[in-house]
Amino acid sequence: MRSRIVRLAVPAVVGAVALAGCGSNKSSNSGSSGNGGKTVTIGLIAPLSGSLSALGAGMNNSVDLAVKQANANKTIKGWTIRYEPQDDQATPNVGAQVASKLASESNVGAVIGTLNSSVSQQVQPVLAQAKIVQISPANTNPPLSQGPNFAKGDKKRPFDSYFRTATTDSVQGPYGAQYLYTTAGKKTAATVDDQLAYGVGLVQQFGQEYTKLGGKILDHESVTGGQKDFSAVISKIKPKHPQAVYYGGQYPEASLLAKQMKAAGLNIPLMGGDGIQDPTYIKVAGAAATGDLATSVGAPTAQLATAKTFIADYKAAGYKEPYSTYGALSYDATNVAIAALAKALNGKDKIDDSVKQAIITAVQNTKVDGVTGSVSFDQFGDTTNKLLTVYKVEGGAWVPVKTGSFNGG
Amino acid sequence: MSQLLQQLVNGLVLGATYGLIALGYTMVYGIIQLINFAHGEIYMLGAFGGLTMWKALPTGLQTKNYIALPLVLLAGIVTSTVVAVLMERWAYRPLRGAPRLAPLITAIGVSVFLQEAVRVFYPGAKGPLAFPALFTGKSITIGGVEVKYLSIFVVALAVALMIALQAFVRTSSTGRAMRATAQDPDTAALMGIDINRIIVITFALGGVLAGVAGVLTGMQYGAIDVHIGYIAGLKAFTAAVLGGIGNITGAMLGGFLIGIIEALGTQYLPQGSAYKDAYAFVVLILVLVFRPTGLLGESVAARA
Repeated sequence: MRSRIVRLAVPAVVGAVALAGCGSNKSSNSGSSGNGGKTVTIGLIAPLSGSLSALGAGMNNSVDLAVKQANANKTIKGWTIRYEPQDDQATPNVGAQVASKLASESNVGAVIGTLNSSVSQQVQPVLAQAKIVQISPANTNPPLSQGPNFAKGDKKRPFDSYFRTATTDSVQGPYGAQYLYTTAGKKTAATVDDQLAYGVGLVQQFGQEYTKLGGKILDHESVTGGQKDFSAVISKIKPKHPQAVYYGGQYPEASLLAKQMKAAGLNIPLMGGDGIQDPTYIKVAGAAATGDLATSVGAPTAQLATAKTFIADYKAAGYKEPYSTYGALSYDATNVAIAALAKALNGKDKIDDSVKQAIITAVQNTKVDGVTGSVSFDQFGDTTNKLLTVYKVEGGAWVPVKTGSFNGG
Repeated sequence: MSQLLQQLVNGLVLGATYGLIALGYTMVYGIIQLINFAHGEIYMLGAFGGLTMWKALPTGLQTKNYIALPLVLLAGIVTSTVVAVLMERWAYRPLRGAPRLAPLITAIGVSVFLQEAVRVFYPGAKGPLAFPALFTGKSITIGGVEVKYLSIFVVALAVALMIALQAFVRTSSTGRAMRATAQDPDTAALMGIDINRIIVITFALGGVLAGVAGVLTGMQYGAIDVHIGYIAGLKAFTAAVLGGIGNITGAMLGGFLIGIIEALGTQYLPQGSAYKDAYAFVVLILVLVFRPTGLLGESVAARA
């Protein structure tokens, strides 16, 4: 009897895993002001719940703001924009599900998102098949736009409908490596990734440049999403005496890694990419975060002259959550989409395949001045704006220490 | 050598919490043959209960660990125990006598419900929340092995609780009633044992241990979120099966084993840190192939 129960339990566990994937999907409509009878939907796919929801909320609010403004200004003649945010829970298969939902709707003009590169991997083919343009404000994993063999120089764009306003890890990783080796003077490092597309890619790109500069990578470890105990990994790294740890992944794990690392006497800075550059990182790691470094895409929003109106508008709209790392990039991505829709939908009655193709072409030819600087896309759909910023934790906040473009590599 | 010992210590500390949670799985299974998949959520609620208490304390007391720690632990225990008892009363008791699959599926439902309830209603629970360490003193070094005082506290408390539980089940009259119910509920009822009371006590005991585990996890790792119960629950369930489900010593042993396998796997196996979870399950499968009842699974009488 006992073993039968255990046998029953295994499918039950599998069931629980599947169930955990389903959650609440809220969709809300914004922009009630009528602007002609026709409606076009702009979707968002981002983590609105779960441990990355702080970033997702900033994206959600920023897209919402852009849509509301466009509706108020009647930017798209004869059409009203309906905004439909979808929660991907930072989980690839959930992302694929909500992408399918958006793809099945008849009037979706563009989708903003995702946050996670791993989620985008699943979302891209679904949207591409429906010829829906996708603009990510946050994906930095190079293969998404340059194909799996990009590192060997064989760059091939997998999806014509995919664009991003965030620069890639083939810029971010090396930029971080240069800063860590040259500016911070850390000549040896250990790398840790979270086994997801973004983290693995970032660590790889970092490692290539770091070794090229003469740095030594003494150890490489992997952790899993949701992991809380890092003592075993830390004990393994510690006797190798690296001068820094480079982490490829997101802040929920990174903050705990930093905290436990320093509590275990491994007092070296942790550096990561845009995935860890979030206020929650400091809130969780506390004093242990001091001195930690992160690169992030674009220049710091608060310091951009071009971002003043955005920040003021965002504040005036009274959103509960801060615009966070990707707010400005999401706002730009949405405005790129809206501008393309305005061009492609002009004089049209419905969104058919030829209109969708026109939207894709219009996004490809985008050239606008956005909040984060000038926005345009290269032949892979990647932004031509390769500005990056290094942040350092000082006095309980991420302080920008260096902004620039990666050159060389 | 010291590296091996260091990883053993890491594994023991990690395993202590797995063991505490596994005890809840194993006791409930021993009494009513239910694998309570919502038990991981009881553990998560313990951590949140403790955090709530800490936040409610006046600032002056928050830093006084000798006051704050017992209060936070108590709050964690109370939260977990109350929820465990209510869960038994409302979700499982109406299904007493139903086919075994019904309470099993209910358990999964309860698990999702509790997780979502905390996520939606607890302020800030949509992301990770920082948890205070509540423990002063850094660490001692014994023979090249660095051991945090907090780690010693965690393992000592876990082992002490297990011994206390074992003594309670072996010697007290309630414990005897529990064992009788585990062996044969019908005959036990004929002997004048209130089965429902015993079942409630079992759930409550599981709740106490899970509450302690929840608070200890928060203190050790410095952050909690609503999903901690899911992975920890899965690992603890594995530990309970590994040790022999229904067996109290087995649950604790299984917990320590899983923790140590994870730590040593990280250190010594190729790609260890990436596949450490897989190694734990490989060991489980091997044990079940050669000993289907688990390592210590025979000391409870086989039934029907």
